[in-house]
Amino acid sequence: MRILSIAILLAGLFAGSATAQYVDQPLSDPQLERRAQVLHKEIRCLVCQNQAISDSNAHLARQLRVIVRERLEAGDSDTDVKTYLVDRYGDWVLMRPPLKASTLILWIAPFVILAFVLGGAVMLVVRRRRQQQTGVTPLDAQEEARLAAILDEQN
Amino acid sequence: MRLRYLLPAIAFVVVAVGLGVGLTLKPREIPSALIGKPVPEFSLPAVEGRTGGLTTADLKTGSPVLVNVFASWCGPCRVEHPLFMELARTTDVTIYGLNQRDAPADAARWLETFGDPYDKTGADLDGRASIDWGVYGVPETFVVDGAGCIQYKHISVLTREVLEEEIMPRLQGQKHVPCEK
Amino acid sequence: MIAELGHFAIVLALAVSIVQGTLPLVGAQRDIEALSAIARPAAVMQFLLLVFAFVALTIAFTGSDFSVLNVWQNSHTQKPLLYKISGVWGNHEGSLLLWVVILAAFGFGVATMGNNLPPSLRTRVIAIQGLIGVGFLLLLVFLSNPFERVFPVPAQGNGLNPLLQDPGLAFHPPFLYLGYVGFSIAFSFAVAALIEGKVDAAWARWVRPWTLAAWTALTIGIAMGSWWAYYELGWGGWWFWDPVENASFMPWLLGTALLHSAIVVEKRDALKTWTVLLAILTFSFSLLGTFIVRSGVLNSVHAFATDPARGVYILAFLVVAIGGSLALYAWRAPTLKTGGVFAPMSREGSLVLNNLLLIAATATVFIGTMYPLFLDAITGEKVTVGPPFFNATFVPLMVPLVVVMAIGPMMPWKRADLAGTLARMKVAAIVTVAVALLTLYLSGFEPILAVLGMALGTWLLAGAAIDIGERTRIFGISFGDTLKRGRNLPRSAWGGAIAHAGLGVAILGITGSLSWEIERLQIMRPGDRIGIAGYEVEFEGVAPVPGPNYDAVRGTFRVYRDDELVEVMTPETRRFTQPSMVTTEAAIRPRNFGDLYAVVGESNGDGGFATRIYHKPMINWLWVGSVMMALGGLVSLTDRRLRVGAPRRRTAETKPALRPQQQAT
Repeated sequence: MRILSIAILLAGLFAGSATAQYVDQPLSDPQLERRAQVLHKEIRCLVCQNQAISDSNAHLARQLRVIVRERLEAGDSDTDVKTYLVDRYGDWVLMRPPLKASTLILWIAPFVILAFVLGGAVMLVVRRRRQQQTGVTPLDAQEEARLAAILDEQN
Repeated sequence: MRLRYLLPAIAFVVVAVGLGVGLTLKPREIPSALIGKPVPEFSLPAVEGRTGGLTTADLKTGSPVLVNVFASWCGPCRVEHPLFMELARTTDVTIYGLNQRDAPADAARWLETFGDPYDKTGADLDGRASIDWGVYGVPETFVVDGAGCIQYKHISVLTREVLEEEIMPRLQGQKHVPCEK
Repeated sequence: MIAELGHFAIVLALAVSIVQGTLPLVGAQRDIEALSAIARPAAVMQFLLLVFAFVALTIAFTGSDFSVLNVWQNSHTQKPLLYKISGVWGNHEGSLLLWVVILAAFGFGVATMGNNLPPSLRTRVIAIQGLIGVGFLLLLVFLSNPFERVFPVPAQGNGLNPLLQDPGLAFHPPFLYLGYVGFSIAFSFAVAALIEGKVDAAWARWVRPWTLAAWTALTIGIAMGSWWAYYELGWGGWWFWDPVENASFMPWLLGTALLHSAIVVEKRDALKTWTVLLAILTFSFSLLGTFIVRSGVLNSVHAFATDPARGVYILAFLVVAIGGSLALYAWRAPTLKTGGVFAPMSREGSLVLNNLLLIAATATVFIGTMYPLFLDAITGEKVTVGPPFFNATFVPLMVPLVVVMAIGPMMPWKRADLAGTLARMKVAAIVTVAVALLTLYLSGFEPILAVLGMALGTWLLAGAAIDIGERTRIFGISFGDTLKRGRNLPRSAWGGAIAHAGLGVAILGITGSLSWEIERLQIMRPGDRIGIAGYEVEFEGVAPVPGPNYDAVRGTFRVYRDDELVEVMTPETRRFTQPSMVTTEAAIRPRNFGDLYAVVGESNGDGGFATRIYHKPMINWLWVGSVMMALGGLVSLTDRRLRVGAPRRRTAETKPALRPQQQAT
């Protein structure tokens, strides 16, 4: 049984036939391969947790890597390749979604938060400064006498 | 009560409302990018041992069909399979099976063992056709109208609830999405 | 039988927690001793009951009792014993049980070790722990029972997922939970303090060690999870800004702010409302995070339908716990007496800035994580937020924080002279600039962030060194005296310096590995060689290798440097049958300045194999730095001052009394 499963595994790894294994064969043109690898980092592996297809060995990731290479070899531009995938899988196949009104809010939000935070910091500083300016008023003669009496009682 | 002490509570209320609405939303997965688009061009042989391969033309015959993406190596497919068997037995809905990346013998054996509800099957051995359909996992089920336009896609196990609320109405022409060329 | 006993135990624990959470609160409020006295025994009993339940579930798992549904779903007779045990918490119900056990343990800790706490505070804290327990136990008993039976009894279990049979993945949840749940103590203390209307040095002295322990555990848990991802998932990625990761990171960020804020309360009697708020928020994010992951609110691809009742219940619990505590904060915080004044430019001021930046960072991560949900809720549109967003927003926030982190500890309390402080850090600045220039020289302008990263990491390291150096007068006095001063330095000073230095080391590691990683992707035939980072890597070929519950194909790489064999690397591809799954095991070899990382992939059908070989410089500094941070936490925990507790306030009898006139004669 064990030998059989090893054999199947080896057969699977050696297969070129029925169920094609998608193999990471770098393109012969180094420029194209570089473009491929950059694109791989920008395409989401849809069955993984937030990984790009460059980061995962899931079958879909492998398949998409090969497809990206094929399209580049066929002469597609980077945008063409992305469009090809977006046509089939929607915007969410891209790691960096296109800037639309809805995603704009997302990107602006951290700056709004930062402004809030810095504003808060400035406000605190201003309030502290104001506190310091009021300072400590010295005691007047009456309060001074009362203080002396209290201190006397204590001794 | 000074406002700045109330701010965290207010922020939380907003978040909680958001979470609440999020919970009540029907758990929809990512809608297919192909809804309202014609089916891709493809031509696949039948699964080993079956007759009748699957091509684009089969999906433009004038009556709506279900296309179910399945594989013998897919556990959840077994869970939804009885529902398809029942559908095939009790209704006249046309069901086509798209067999994804299966060894021919495996797929044949699976259909032998668990039953074949499909009027036609297409063996997508290398998974290319699945990519064109925007499939990224198994199982998935598509509703295609008579003109070959994708109307709906369900991801993951098909439940009776989805069948009754989303699929059957569309097979009968309701909730129709116009097709772009 | 044991499962029924376990079930009974958690039901009983629920009853006890209800009692624990209500009566003592009334007792503390109305000063009814009989009711207050219930708190401690209740906490002890709840702990014992839940430990019993946990042991019961563990016995069911290790005994492969498949009549228990949870065991059937998550275990298998062929699993090694170690992973049968880790299977107990490797699922929803079991991990919830672990959560409540740890919650009860912390309550138990306060009950048994809190002798020098003011009694009313102690009673209230235990009661609030009890209330939190009620929330979780209701979920456990009614919606997530780990002891449910299944009939007919299956012969074999379903849970043999190879990914879970791994030390890194299997054992990092307990650390995470110690962290999440540990923050509940700070929460309980904060709510109790709000009820009492008092936050003082004693309160802070009690909150700090618990928060430190929780923070340390969470640091370890997050680091372990990242380390697991590094060697198991893909090819050396260790952080993906995934919602599950973010759910653990947000409490960590806030917990860091809380830690530092509590110091100011203890030492300077200031930042009280900040600290109370942070204590509430940190645990709130623990709650939020754990529940986001469990309620199915953030759908992952191909997620199965989750029980909607669970999600609704959890949200209701959040509203009560978080909404309630924040409302209490809004109402009572203004009554907390403001304490010491300080100038904006001071150590307190730098800690306020620290708080603000960490909160901003947390809010940014929160928005990125929840945005898909909120957008869907409002407009129905689906988007995803990935690493590009987080990297572009989180990293810039960290830069000022890191800069301040080195300066802050050098500032005096109350009022600092920035120019003077910076002057004392001259050496650190010089070293930092030198490293930056060196990086620029060696690596060029691309990527420019490498220079920034190296500079920041060095700045932190140097700052920590200067901090210790100053305190031990390393250049002013004899070395022997310096050592003596060093030994007598409070442990928390050492702990802080080690932790800050650890972060510096981690930043250097992150910078190095991200900036200068080399990736080689190629088809190799047996005998082929490639060069990488000064090494020659030769592919020998593949061979089949049977494993305990898998069959593997192992590739062999021989690594040469200067024609000398230095490593043999053997990555594998493993096929499991139950469940049917293929995993890739990379071969990783730490070398002097980085990791060599090799993966063997598929065959191209022609005798060649797809191989990936990486050189990841300085990646181990990330793990070392994380360990240093945890170590810093541990060292601080051993500080005697934290364990002795606040000095007891002198009572009326011991204070010198006004002498009556008669005694004078």
